[in-house]
Amino acid sequence: MAQAVTTSREESGNVIPYALREAGYAALISFGLFVLLIGLKTDQNIRNELILVPRWGLLAIIVAITAVVRFVYVAYAAPYVEASRRAAAQRKVLVAPVEKGFIRRNFNVIGLAALFLYPVVILALFGVQGSLKWVDNFGIQVLIYVMLAWGLNIVVGLAGLLDLGYVAFYAVGAYAYALLGTHFGLSFWILLPAAGIMAAMWGVMLGFPVLRLRGDYLAIVTLAFGEIIRLVLINWREVTNGSAGISGIPKVTFFGLISFDVSADNYIGKVFGLASSGAYYKIFLYYLIVLLCLLTAFVTVRLRRLPIGRAWEALREDEIACRSLGINTTTTKLTAFAIGAMFAGFAGSFFAARQGFVSPESFVYLESAIVLAIVVLGGMGSLGGIAVAAMVMIGGTEILREMGFLKMVFGEGFTPELYRMLLFGLAVVLVMLWKPRGFVGSREPTAFLHQRKSVAGSFTKEGHA
Amino acid sequence: MQYFFQQLINGLTLGSIYGLIAIGYTMVYGIIGMINFAHGDIFMIGAFVALIVYLILISIFYAVPVAIALLVMMIVAMLTTSLYNWVIEKVAYRPLRGSFRLAPLITAIGMSIALSNFVQVAQGPRNKPIPPMVSQTYEIGAITVSLKQLIIVLITAALLVIFWYLVNRTPLGRAQRACEQDRKMAALLGIDVDRTISITFIMGAALAAVAGTMFMMYYGVVVFSDGFVPGVKAFTAAVLGGIGSIPGAVIGGLLIGVIESMWSAYFSIDYKDVAAFSILAIVLIFLPSGILGRPEVEKV
Repeated sequence: MAQAVTTSREESGNVIPYALREAGYAALISFGLFVLLIGLKTDQNIRNELILVPRWGLLAIIVAITAVVRFVYVAYAAPYVEASRRAAAQRKVLVAPVEKGFIRRNFNVIGLAALFLYPVVILALFGVQGSLKWVDNFGIQVLIYVMLAWGLNIVVGLAGLLDLGYVAFYAVGAYAYALLGTHFGLSFWILLPAAGIMAAMWGVMLGFPVLRLRGDYLAIVTLAFGEIIRLVLINWREVTNGSAGISGIPKVTFFGLISFDVSADNYIGKVFGLASSGAYYKIFLYYLIVLLCLLTAFVTVRLRRLPIGRAWEALREDEIACRSLGINTTTTKLTAFAIGAMFAGFAGSFFAARQGFVSPESFVYLESAIVLAIVVLGGMGSLGGIAVAAMVMIGGTEILREMGFLKMVFGEGFTPELYRMLLFGLAVVLVMLWKPRGFVGSREPTAFLHQRKSVAGSFTKEGHA
Repeated sequence: MQYFFQQLINGLTLGSIYGLIAIGYTMVYGIIGMINFAHGDIFMIGAFVALIVYLILISIFYAVPVAIALLVMMIVAMLTTSLYNWVIEKVAYRPLRGSFRLAPLITAIGMSIALSNFVQVAQGPRNKPIPPMVSQTYEIGAITVSLKQLIIVLITAALLVIFWYLVNRTPLGRAQRACEQDRKMAALLGIDVDRTISITFIMGAALAAVAGTMFMMYYGVVVFSDGFVPGVKAFTAAVLGGIGSIPGAVIGGLLIGVIESMWSAYFSIDYKDVAAFSILAIVLIFLPSGILGRPEVEKV
C-alpha cells in the first residue's frame, strides 16, 4: 500500500489521463481569463458609443491552444526534462572539466570582429540604400541598449543598487545635447563629455539624499525621480518645448572635417565623390556607438580592478561587512551612481544626435524597465551576457517589424509590430524562469589566489537581499 | 475655506482608490518581500472588465439600476482579476521564490509589460469612454458632494472593515501574519504557505478590482495604459505609509490623494504628480521606513 502511494505518476507510466485532466483545467482557466477580454472587443460605433463585438472563434482558438500546450507539457515535456535531469544527476559523479569550445574561448574577439564587420557585410548584401534599415534599426538600436545596459550594470550589477529611474539620466544627456546644440550651435564633440558630466552631476544630486535608503525603497525613489524628470520635461514648456519636443538637432560631424549635411560644402558625398545618401551618416553613427560601447566596457573592466570597483562589489555582496572594513559606503554608492549616470548621459546625447529630435515620450519608465530587464537577463555584472541579452531582446522585437510574411498566415489585417512589447514581456518572464541568474550566471572573481575560478551566482548572497 | 473642504473631499475620493490598490502592494510585499509591479495592471484589467460587464448589462437590459450594475461589475471584476493574479503568481513568481531577489522583480516587470500590451492588442489602443453612470450631486452647506464620491468612500470604508476583520480575526489572517513573520516556522507549524500566499495575491487582486471599478465609474473612461500611473502612485502610497503595514497603505493612499488634489487646486495642475513624488522622497529621507513601517533591524 505504502509503495503505491510513493510511486509518482511519471513512474507508473500512465500520464495521459493526468495530462488530459490538466489540459482540461488549463482550458477552463484560460477561458476564465480571456472570455471577457478576448471574447468581446469594445469598439466605437458611428455615433461614438462603445459597443461590444463578439469574437468567440478567436476565444475558442486561444483556449484550445492553451489546452494543447498544457497537455504536451504535462505528458511529454515535463517527464522528459525530469528524466534527463535524473540521468545527469547520476552521471555527474566524476566529470572531467569540460574544455571550453572555440567560440566560448574567443568570444570577445569574435564579437568585436562581428561588430566591426557588420556594416560591411550589410553593405555588400543590400547595397547602400538597402543597408540603411539594417544598420539603423538593428545595429544602432541594439547598441544603444547595450551601452545603456552596460552603464546600468555598474549601478545594479556591480554596486547592487536597484535603480528604476535610469532613463532620467539618459534624458538629461539627450536634452543637454539637444538644447545646447540647437541654441548655441556647439559641436557634438564638446557636448558629448558635457552631457556625460551633467548627467553624472544629476546622478550625484539625486543620489545624495536617497542613498541612505535600502533595496526597494531606493528602487521606488529612483522610479519617482525618473518620472519627475519626465514630467518636468513635459511641463517646462519655455525651455523644453513640452511634449512637442525639440527638433532640428544638428548632426554629428567627423571632427568638423567631414559633414553629413547634404547642403554643407564638406558633405561626405562631395568630398569623396559619392552619390548622396543617408546611409553614410548611419554607418558613421554605427561606428561611433560601437566606440562608445567599447569605452563603457573598457572603463567597467578597468574599474573592477581599482579599489573603487572592488568596493562596489563588496558593497553588493554585504553592506555591513563592507562598512565594518572601513569602506565609506556613501561615496562608494555615489560614485557608482555618478559613473552609471555618466554613461547614460553619453548614450542620451548620441541618441539625440541620431534621431535629430527628442521628446519626453522617449524617456518613459518602460525604457528603464527594459534596460533593467536586459541587465538581469544577461546576468548581472557580466558584460558579454548583457550584450547577448540586448541583442536577443531588442533585436528579437525589432525583427518582428520585418515579418511581413506572417500576414499570409494570419490575414491582411495582422500587424506583427503590435505584438512587440507583449512578446517582450512574455520573453522576459520565460527567460527568467528558465535561467533565474541570467544568461551568464557565474561570477568571475577580480582577486584570486593561484587560479581564477568562476563561482555559480547562486552561491553569492547579494547585498540588496 | 469651503474651497479647501471641496478639495479635501476630492482628494479623499482619489486617495481611497489609491489606498485600495496600495493594500495589494503592501500585503504581497509583507508576505514575500517582493514588489509586484504587475499590480497596477491588475487594477487596469479590473477597470476594463468592469467596463465590459457594464456594456453587456446595457446591451441586454437597456437600463439597469446603478446599484445592481455596480455590484455585478464589481463581482465579475473581482473574480477575473483574482484569477489573473492567481495564475500570475503560480506561473511567474512561485517557481522563483527562493531564487535570488531580483528574479521575481524582473518577471513582475515583464508581466506588467505583457499585461498592458495584451489589453492593448485585445481591446485596441484608444480611450474607452462611457456616458456618466452616476451624475447625482448633493449640497452640504456650500460644498458639493457627488454621489459617486460618496459611493467610493463608503465602499472603501466597508471593504476596509471587512478586510481588517479578515486579517486580524480569522484563521486565514493569522496564517498570513505568521507567514509574514517567518515562512519556514509557519510551514513547520502546519500552515500551507503556498496556499496562504495564493490567497494573499487573490485578496490584493480583488481589492484592486474594486478600485478599478470605482475608477471606471468615477472618470468614465479607461485605456490600456491606465495601470501605470495609479499603480506607481499606489505603490508610492504603500511606501509612504511604511511598506508591509496595511493601515499604513490606507493612510499613505489618502495622503497622496489629498496632496495631489490640493496641489492641483492651489498651485499648478501640471506638476501634481511631481508634488506627490517629491513628498515621497522627502518623507523617506526623514523617515526611511515610512510613516507606520517598522525600522529594519540589520543583523550580521
